[in-house]
Amino acid sequence: MSDKSSSMRTDIARVRHLGSAHSGTSHAWMMRVTAAILIPLTLLFVWLIVSMIGRDYDAVLQLFGSRVGPGAIALLFVLTACYHMKGGMQTIIEDYVHDRHLKEWSIIGNILFCGLVAAATGLAIIKISLG
Amino acid sequence: MAEPNPARLEDRRPLSPHLMIYRPMLTMMMSIVHRITGGALYVGTLLLAWYFIAAASGPAAFAQAEWFFSSILGRLILFGFTWALFTHLLGGVRHAIWDAGHGMDAKGREFLAQATLVGGIVLTILVWIVAYAAR
Repeated sequence: MSDKSSSMRTDIARVRHLGSAHSGTSHAWMMRVTAAILIPLTLLFVWLIVSMIGRDYDAVLQLFGSRVGPGAIALLFVLTACYHMKGGMQTIIEDYVHDRHLKEWSIIGNILFCGLVAAATGLAIIKISLG
Repeated sequence: MAEPNPARLEDRRPLSPHLMIYRPMLTMMMSIVHRITGGALYVGTLLLAWYFIAAASGPAAFAQAEWFFSSILGRLILFGFTWALFTHLLGGVRHAIWDAGHGMDAKGREFLAQATLVGGIVLTILVWIVAYAAR
């Protein structure tokens, strides 16, 4: 890699250190950061869902409306999970979709899907939390 | 196919081993499972969206969602969802351990693959036992 005579990389590319995808390791790093955050959030969220079992409609609204905790857990979980799954699905697309245009449209569709799920679910959680 | 010619760069490159000629191994299966569970959870967020949007929409929409999730099919899907969630979570922990440089020898990676598989199943059953007890 450091053997300059057989490398076609320019000096500036070597200094920028961003590689062929021009974005460096930011994708891989954000996957790890969101994954780490999601471990406690997932456990809290599963605990929240289990505690909602058997509650009727009014009791569910009461759970979210009376305290900040449940809404905060649900909102943080959904938003972090959507960011994480956007990155994960992008990797899957990049691995399996080789047609350039189909790949680009798939990645755009992926961003839209994850953004839509995050926005719609997030707004719903905020709505039931504020009553 | 023509005979490999060592003078050509293309022929000197290592060939990518093809998945189909590999004997299935646990480490490889758990790697595939990590990706499949990730994809399943991706689609599964639609159920999450449905549930919270229904709760925000009113009692009629909420009753509809609740009817589905408490049906046999709904419970089966939620059980699978729980399993995918915990298996993917533990798969992530496995990757974090590898990122730290541990468990990459034959014994270590085999243990981590088994722990991911067993741990995912155990956590899923545990949560469902608690869920049924809390009902």
